[in-house]
Amino acid sequence: MFEQIEGSKAMARTIALCRPQVVCAYPITPQTHIVEGVGELVRLGALDNCEFINVESEFAALSVAIGASAAGARAYTATASQGLLFMAEAVYNAAGLGLPIVMTLGNRAIGAPINIWNDHSDAMALRESGWIQLFAESNQEAADLHIVAFRLAEELSVPTMVCVDGFILTHAVERIDIPDQASVDAFLPPYEPMQSLDPADPISIGAMVGPDAFTEVRYLQYFKQHTALGLIETLASEFEGRFGRRAGGLLRTYEADGAETLVVAMGSINGTIKDVIDEMRADGLSVGLITLVAFRPFPIHALRQALSRARNVIVIDKAVDVGMGGPLASNVAIALRELPDPPAMHSAIVGLGGRPVPKASLHRLFRQAAIQPWEGPHFLDLNEGVAAREIHRRGKTRRAGPAAEGILKQVEEERVKKLEETAR
Amino acid sequence: MFEARIHGRGGQGVVTAAEMLSVAAFLEGKYAQAFPSFGSERTGAPVVAFCRIANKEIRLREPIQTPDALIVQDPTLFRALDVTEGLKANGYLIVNTARTLSEIHLDAIVARLPAGHVRAVPATELAMKFVGRPAPNTALLGAFAAEVGVVSLDSVLEAIRRAFPGKVGEANVEAAKAAHALVAARAAA
Amino acid sequence: MNEVQKLKFYQKGTLTVGNRLIDERERNVQASRDRSNSLTSGHRACQGCGEALGARYAIDAAMRATSRNLIAVNATGCLEVFTTPYPETSWQIPWMHSLFGNAAAVATGVAAAMRVTGRSETRVVAQGGDGGTTDIGFGCLSGMFERNDDVLYICYDNEGYMNTGVQRSSATPPTARTATTPALGREPGNVFGTGKFTPKIAVAHDIPYVATASVADLHDLEAKVLKAMGFRGARYIQINVPCPLGWGAASEHTIKLARLAIETGLFPIFEAENGYVTSVRKIRRPTPVAEYLKLQRRFAHLFRDGKEDPRVGRLQAVADRHIKDYGLLEAAA
Repeated sequence: MFEQIEGSKAMARTIALCRPQVVCAYPITPQTHIVEGVGELVRLGALDNCEFINVESEFAALSVAIGASAAGARAYTATASQGLLFMAEAVYNAAGLGLPIVMTLGNRAIGAPINIWNDHSDAMALRESGWIQLFAESNQEAADLHIVAFRLAEELSVPTMVCVDGFILTHAVERIDIPDQASVDAFLPPYEPMQSLDPADPISIGAMVGPDAFTEVRYLQYFKQHTALGLIETLASEFEGRFGRRAGGLLRTYEADGAETLVVAMGSINGTIKDVIDEMRADGLSVGLITLVAFRPFPIHALRQALSRARNVIVIDKAVDVGMGGPLASNVAIALRELPDPPAMHSAIVGLGGRPVPKASLHRLFRQAAIQPWEGPHFLDLNEGVAAREIHRRGKTRRAGPAAEGILKQVEEERVKKLEETAR
Repeated sequence: MFEARIHGRGGQGVVTAAEMLSVAAFLEGKYAQAFPSFGSERTGAPVVAFCRIANKEIRLREPIQTPDALIVQDPTLFRALDVTEGLKANGYLIVNTARTLSEIHLDAIVARLPAGHVRAVPATELAMKFVGRPAPNTALLGAFAAEVGVVSLDSVLEAIRRAFPGKVGEANVEAAKAAHALVAARAAA
Repeated sequence: MNEVQKLKFYQKGTLTVGNRLIDERERNVQASRDRSNSLTSGHRACQGCGEALGARYAIDAAMRATSRNLIAVNATGCLEVFTTPYPETSWQIPWMHSLFGNAAAVATGVAAAMRVTGRSETRVVAQGGDGGTTDIGFGCLSGMFERNDDVLYICYDNEGYMNTGVQRSSATPPTARTATTPALGREPGNVFGTGKFTPKIAVAHDIPYVATASVADLHDLEAKVLKAMGFRGARYIQINVPCPLGWGAASEHTIKLARLAIETGLFPIFEAENGYVTSVRKIRRPTPVAEYLKLQRRFAHLFRDGKEDPRVGRLQAVADRHIKDYGLLEAAA
């Protein structure tokens, strides 16, 4: 049924419909509303047969989920940013042990400097952990992907994170359909573990594996991720058949047929980009969009196929590997490599630390690719004046102070100057 | 697509106002998107919230740069930041104040907007009278319904009831109705 | 279901195995042919390993208490490593190893899963060494205590990170030589003014049951585990387990050292419930700490050239404080 509801609440209700049995989480902006929502449903009895555990850290949260999952219960947790890093050891542990935990990641920037707003650096930080990573474009998809995630995780025994842009999606109130319990039950059967701690049939889980077997264990994980490529598509179709709308899949295209320029992006920014593309097409420009939903496993073949006939590809990264450039861009480059006549690829870094990405900036960016292509990552809407002044200042004195404070001071000085000029 | 931006300070219910407006639109079968510009929870700090209303799915996710309407829950904000930045040439401005627009130095803005597009509404006073708390948001939404007409008063009242159940809701409904009547009367005059 | 290995007794009439003249009801779990042998032979512990001994007793006792309805969660460490030497396992019970610092939290998860899947009769034991419990696992341990999760946490305290080469932990006694507190410089060995006694911290959490135990008194150890399993909620037992390798002691001195640790007062044996000490084991033969220290090469630098380092006196003061705080000596007649 359609409701006008906050994204995180819709997610909480949908997660509850998935009948999680052990839910544990530690508060961190911006995921708190999701877990609070689930907790409330447990208290109200709307979600029964569920243990809700208030843990003392994110490391404990995922560890509790690991124990619960290994003992045969459907386990769920949520985190973001610093919290994901704090549980990093457990993230790898869950993947290595093959436990089908589902986790919501309320995408948020990683500090220092501390920042509570949205970007994809947290998901990127653990992209090699062995988890499946799915990025929601809208709040409807964010809710729906959790249903898919439990099914996907449990069929493969691979933990899955549903990435949802913090604040932009989690805290937005919009028109979302919450499915009914019967439909979710039909799509998501009870958890049947591949391994379980059971006195009636004792096993040892978590043994050390030496050089002669470690590679094979990792290969098995790789094989499962590869299998996920097909299963993600299958489940997207099954979901569409049952719920009447598409959720997930590896990627989607928008106005991509015959487009000279193709944009690749993940998450909520795809919505804004679609508006920009409509406007550009109205101006006669040949531009389209590839919305990447599955980041891990990375759909090299599907992407390659989707991008093969474009002349320019612009990859939108909401994170930056400061030693190299855009992480999504570097992955897309791999997809383009084998093409006989590969399009030129342009990397743009946008929205870091929650900086809004306005349509106007995207218009400029997309048009620029054709006219004035650039090399290396382009930091969209970078305040070049502030950056240059700060670099210059730091060059002059050794004891320049913390970088963040230096930049903030420059930004504040500029803001005050602008305010004075407007007053005059 | 209609875009409204609501300014206020933490604790004044700015975010709730945007949400209620979106619920009102939803009740009329429209698509609506409400979201705050985010920061840590802190009473007294400037807060901005946004609401988009459209007849089809809203995909845009940027903060509202060129609003069709502004609701200002706290007039002291005019000195702190450029509240009216981006307001469309034929936009609406509803300000919570018991004083006149001149008294709060808004003559310049009144001059550049069409006649009748700027309204001073004593929302805090109405809230105190009907609800007993200085929460101006519901009254301002009632005024908004009268002034702009993008959602009906009935939808706004139902949205208020859903946000505040029971007696509190009904009190807020009265405040909204009073503000609506006030603005409607002035518009007719 | 895997068949439990059948057992044969070789030793008869000793306290360890269970004196056949004692009433059956008073005999150890280990004395029974029906013991579950949860930690079976074939593991790779060092000769004289106190932890292997303690774990064997503790887990079989827990299995008896729960009618074999038990799941164990193990932190990374000696016990985990020597019981699961790739590609084998010597555990005959459902057993899980996740990470170094999260045994308590994982156990919480297992216990929650049992409740929610209608298997509340299946109980959970978490176990780890002092490193995994009192240092890196401290946060998760305290969290488990605070929530009163239904987990018995057993800490095998051998006073250091032994598996990784004998490094100092917060349970390492002052003056002890370890790889990270070498017997060099002005204050050789571990320094005074550091360290924590986790059982006391456990008591401060007001949890249903806390106890210390030792491989010097295996009857007592078993009894405490049996008793602990009679409670629901968070429980903690810290077992003093000498490590011949890490302590630089003869492998046949393990029980002797454990006994001396008790008799000197350095390792107090007590029980507590809901924040109050309920019983202590009185010292039978008060012993100066030097007698205990001299048997371990990790304290050898305190006795160089026939002289006794004045810090031995400070260690004696530590022991005396325990004796006073816990009332370990019978009141004078």
